[in-house]
Amino acid sequence: MRHETGRTQKNKRQRLAVDREHALHLLREMLRIRRFEEKCAELYAATKIRGFLHLYIGEEAVAVGAMQALEPDDAIVSTYREHGHALARGVPAASLMAEMYGKVEGCSRGRGGSMHIFDAATRFYGGNAIVGGGLPLAVGLALADKLAGRSRVTACFFGEGAVAEGEFHESMNLAALWDLPVLFCCENNLYAMGTALARSESETDLCLKAASFEVPAWPVDGMDVLAVEKASRRAAMAVRCGGGPHFLEYRTYRFRAHSMYDPELYRDKQEVEEWKKRDPVTTFRARIEAQGLMTAEDWDRIEKEIAEEIARAIEFAEAGTWEPVEDLTRFVYSERPG
Amino acid sequence: MSAEKIRLTYREAVRAAIREALIRDERVFLMGEDVGRYGGCFAVSRGLLDEFGPERIRDTPLSESAFVGAGIGAAMGGARPIVEIMTVNFSLLALDQIVNNAATILHMSGGQFNIPLVIRMTTGAGRQLAAQHSHSLEGWYAHIPGIKVLTPATLEDARGMLWTALEDPDPVLIFEHGSLYNMEGEIAADAGAVDISRAAIRRAGKDVTLITYGGTLFKTLEAAEELARDGIEAEVIDLRTLRPLDDESFVASAARTHRVVIVDEGWRSGSISAEITARIVEKAFYDLDAPVARVCSAEVPMPYPKHLEDAAIPQVPGIVAAARRVVRGHE
Ligand SMILES: Cc1ncc(C[n+]2csc(CCOP(=O)(O)OP(=O)(O)O)c2C)c(N)n1
Repeated sequence: MRHETGRTQKNKRQRLAVDREHALHLLREMLRIRRFEEKCAELYAATKIRGFLHLYIGEEAVAVGAMQALEPDDAIVSTYREHGHALARGVPAASLMAEMYGKVEGCSRGRGGSMHIFDAATRFYGGNAIVGGGLPLAVGLALADKLAGRSRVTACFFGEGAVAEGEFHESMNLAALWDLPVLFCCENNLYAMGTALARSESETDLCLKAASFEVPAWPVDGMDVLAVEKASRRAAMAVRCGGGPHFLEYRTYRFRAHSMYDPELYRDKQEVEEWKKRDPVTTFRARIEAQGLMTAEDWDRIEKEIAEEIARAIEFAEAGTWEPVEDLTRFVYSERPG
Repeated sequence: MSAEKIRLTYREAVRAAIREALIRDERVFLMGEDVGRYGGCFAVSRGLLDEFGPERIRDTPLSESAFVGAGIGAAMGGARPIVEIMTVNFSLLALDQIVNNAATILHMSGGQFNIPLVIRMTTGAGRQLAAQHSHSLEGWYAHIPGIKVLTPATLEDARGMLWTALEDPDPVLIFEHGSLYNMEGEIAADAGAVDISRAAIRRAGKDVTLITYGGTLFKTLEAAEELARDGIEAEVIDLRTLRPLDDESFVASAARTHRVVIVDEGWRSGSISAEITARIVEKAFYDLDAPVARVCSAEVPMPYPKHLEDAAIPQVPGIVAAARRVVRGHE
């Protein structure tokens, strides 16, 4: 059962060559996200999952690589495209799936759905569906840590589209001004819905923007899980050691539409096919196979285990219950004991 | 409460409340624009920086959205922030954080993450600050489930509501009317936390109920005195809390006096006074002897010249006239 939830592996810092155990771990984590979301797309078509569904397929290396750099008591703030972050962080697949179904057994009691995954146990502070809305929260979580003298990191994920929002600039400034332990994780997948970066920003070099706040920033190949892990560990370590906020621009691509409603009129099929040649899962598989770290049997075994995990998650969600309507107005205000 | 009294201003009452909170709980900190070195744009926090230092009396950049959002995040992270926004007008830049995050996260997370945050801001007109510094938008905030909205009018409430709000596990917005800061009076030396769940009857009367809150309370009390000289005994209800609204108190009063005037510095259309009217109609319609009357701000952006500003917001003569109309049926 150990592999059933997303885990991070310790002491793999800055290694040039990756060992078999860690290679398989990274591959498994990426594949879990891929297969989980492929299943979500099917379930959406089958109307089991409703609302907006934003898939992360193509970007798995970012979540998996970045999470390796975080400790259990670090915090994560995420967006509406957060299944990958949640799975890689260790939110159980079953409670995630039940949340998509809207069942009370879901990690947010079914009240949030796909866009609002919250999980106190893993310090996962949500799925925020307001573009840029999570950034100030991350600043505040980091401020609370600093005030209390805790050396924790808050990792804040957001897309490149959020960079155009005022909240990005305000938050970067505040975090830098107050020297707060925030790791800004910008997932640059080139499009904000259908708007390419160059159509929305006068300056498209995102690291340059971060640098203007005196925040150390560097771009990372977001299709290469090892590159993501290495850069994230380095940045997270600097943040944890009191180096103030850091900014990483993960250069990545989403293979699927923005959401299930998107007819994808804004980009060529050819472009998508080109990027798929850099698929983080298949390229990493090929690489570690070539290095002799993995066999075809390993792959088959991992596939089988993941299929079983997802099947159990669906079973769990299917068997889940609907929150009684009498509970509709609960959790508008806190329930106080007594 | 002890019999010993002290004399102080509303401003000093708020400051005493903040100071006490900082002393009582080391997780409490104050953050906002110019709360530190400047001493607060309404001088509420003057002196606190020297006493508590820049970590706990934290000047922020002009970034309403980020520092309000940071307050929300800090509250989720275990701190007890008091966020000051200079005026309600500027809170609109933080509306996203207040409405989409502070008010929703508890619910969206299925009860996992509560937000023990207090946001204080000034509201209201009367100081010739024109349209971008004078509006009363607390009624808007009262529309939103997930937050609480307090409007301290008296020295006791200015002194006592903050601690109650800080002990609340949910986000609480406190609206301080700008014209009250210089109000001076006596309160018990040991005045402390107050209950926020009930409206208060500030003057008892049997002929008409005047319902108000915040900055218009004293105008309404003055109007009641004038009415008394006319032989009309008005009951004055101070709502104190706009959300959750204590409708039992004013519905019961309406049922006793059979006549109601609502005094609200917000605009009439879609206002808290509209909500109160609706609740009275829903719950005490057959007790009424006259239609509910309202004295609200004129439906204009607040003008700068004094005579126009005066004309735009509720004033004593208007309140008196409205009360006479509902009592006598004409005037
Ligand atoms: C404040 C706000 N404006 C608009 C939207 C609608 N919207 C949802 S996702 C999105 C694109 C965001 O793109 P990006 O930040 O690059 O993230 P990605 O979807 O590519 O992961 C938009 C415009 C929103 N949710 N919030």
